[in-house]
Amino acid sequence: MTLTLERVSYRYAGAAAPVLHEIDLTLEPGRVLGLVGQNGAGKSTLCVVAVGLAPRTIGGELSGSVRIDDADTATASAPQLAQRAGILFQEPHTQLASSAPSVWEEVAFGPRNLALPLDDVVERTWSAIDALGIGAIAERDPGRLSGGQAQLVALAGVLALRPRYLVLDEPTSQLDPLGTRLVGEALARAAQSTGAGILIVEHKTNLLARLCNEVAVISDGRLVLNGNSDEVLANARLTEWGVAPPAERRLRRTAESAGLAWQAEWSST
Amino acid sequence: MVALTTALIALGVRGWSPPLIVLLAMLTLVLYAGAGRRYLPYLLATSPILLSIILINTFLYPANDVAFTLGPLVATASGLTAAGQATLRVLAFATSVALFALTTRTDELVDDLERRGLGRRAAFVVSTAIGTVPRMVERAREIVEAQRARGLDTQGGVRGRVRGLLPLAGPLVLGALTEVEQRTMALEARAFSAPGHRTVLRPYPDSARERALRWGLTVLTIVLLVGEVGGALGWLP
Repeated sequence: MTLTLERVSYRYAGAAAPVLHEIDLTLEPGRVLGLVGQNGAGKSTLCVVAVGLAPRTIGGELSGSVRIDDADTATASAPQLAQRAGILFQEPHTQLASSAPSVWEEVAFGPRNLALPLDDVVERTWSAIDALGIGAIAERDPGRLSGGQAQLVALAGVLALRPRYLVLDEPTSQLDPLGTRLVGEALARAAQSTGAGILIVEHKTNLLARLCNEVAVISDGRLVLNGNSDEVLANARLTEWGVAPPAERRLRRTAESAGLAWQAEWSST
Repeated sequence: MVALTTALIALGVRGWSPPLIVLLAMLTLVLYAGAGRRYLPYLLATSPILLSIILINTFLYPANDVAFTLGPLVATASGLTAAGQATLRVLAFATSVALFALTTRTDELVDDLERRGLGRRAAFVVSTAIGTVPRMVERAREIVEAQRARGLDTQGGVRGRVRGLLPLAGPLVLGALTEVEQRTMALEARAFSAPGHRTVLRPYPDSARERALRWGLTVLTIVLLVGEVGGALGWLP
C-alpha cells in the first residue's frame, strides 16, 4: 500500500511543454518524504498530480500512472481520493471554504462533506484543532485570520479528513519559527500515530532534516536525487539545484574546510 | 418566510393599506428584535430610490388634476397619490428585506436549508455568494493601496479616479478568476463532491406556532395576490 507515481509526465492545458518529466516516486505510510527544488521546478504541480487533482479538475495531459493504494487517480472518484490523500496548498486563504462562520466549522467542512455521524465530525474536528494548537482561535471568523493562522487552519482541515497520505505544499511558508516547529511536531506525530505517509514540499531544509526519512530533489521537472534524508541533504550539489542545505550542514562544511573537526555534540538533530 | 411573504404583499397588492400594514408590522418587528439602529443604514441606502420615485411620480405622472406648480414643473394630485403609494411599497419591501438581513445569520439560514433538503452545491453557492462581497471589497482596498504605493493617483479629481479604475479592475477580476481554479481544487480535495447530504451540525427550533405563522402567511399572500390579479380587492383603501 503506497502512493506511487510511475513515469509520470504532466503538461498543463494550453502549455507547449510538460512541467513534469518521467517522475518515479513512492510514498509509504508512516514515512515522511521531503521534496525540495528551486522555484518553478515543478514541486506544486507534482503535489496536485500526486493527489489526483491534475488532470481531473484542472485539465492538462498526464502520462504514466498515479496510484493511491489500490486506486488509480485516473479512474477513482474525487471523494474517494480525498479520503486517501489530502493536500495543503501554498496559499491557505484559497483553501478555506469561506462559507463557515468560525474556524471550528471551517475545520469541520471536510468531515461534514463525508456525511459522517455528528459525534464523529466533532471528534475529528477537535482532534485536528488540538493537534495544531489552534483552540484559542476556534471561534474566530476564518476570513479575518493572519496568513500563518490561515495556514494552520487549512492544515487542520486536511488533518480532519484523516487521509492515509498527506501532501503538503510549503505548509510553513507563512509561519514564524514557533509555528514552524509546532507544525513539524504535529506532522511527525501524525506520521507516527496515524501511520499517514507525508509528502512535504519545503524550502526550509532545517525542518526537513528533522522531519523526513527521505528527501527528493526536483529540478526542471525531473527528479535528480532521491534517497535517505541525511545523505541527500549532505549532497554537495544541492546549491546547484537551488536548494540551501540545512544550517548545520553548512556550518559543518565551513568548519571542516577551515580544518576544524566537527564534534557530535554540536549537532542539533 | 415572513420577510418574503410580506415583501410580496407590499409589492403586489395595490392601495394604501397593504403596504402600510406591512411597513408597520415590519418596523415593529425590527424594533422588537432590538435592531432599530442597525436598520438605519438600510433606510439610507433606499433613500436615493425613494427620492427618484417621488420626483418622477409627482412631476411626470400623466394626469391633469394640477395640485401645485414649481417653476416649469407641474405636480398633479394623481401623481402625488402614485408617489405616496409607490414610496410606501418600496419602503415596506426594503424593511422586510432589512428585517431578514438583520435577524438571520447566513450560516444558520444555509444550515437550515440544507436540513430541509437543499443540495450542498446550492447551499454553498448561497453562502459564498453572500460572503464574496466583503472579500471583494477587502481585496479592492488592498489593490488600491498597492497601486497608491506605486504612485497611482486614486484620490484626486473625477478624472484621476476614473484613470485609477483600470489598474483596480484588472487585478481584481483576473485575481478572482485565477482563484476559481484553486478554490475548485480545494473543494474537490475536501470531498465536496461526495454523494448524499452533509452532516447537519445543529438543529434549529421550529415550534408549531412558527410553522403555523409561516403557512398562514403563505396562504394569505397567495389569496391576496390572486385576489389582486382577479380584481377582487378593489374595496381595500
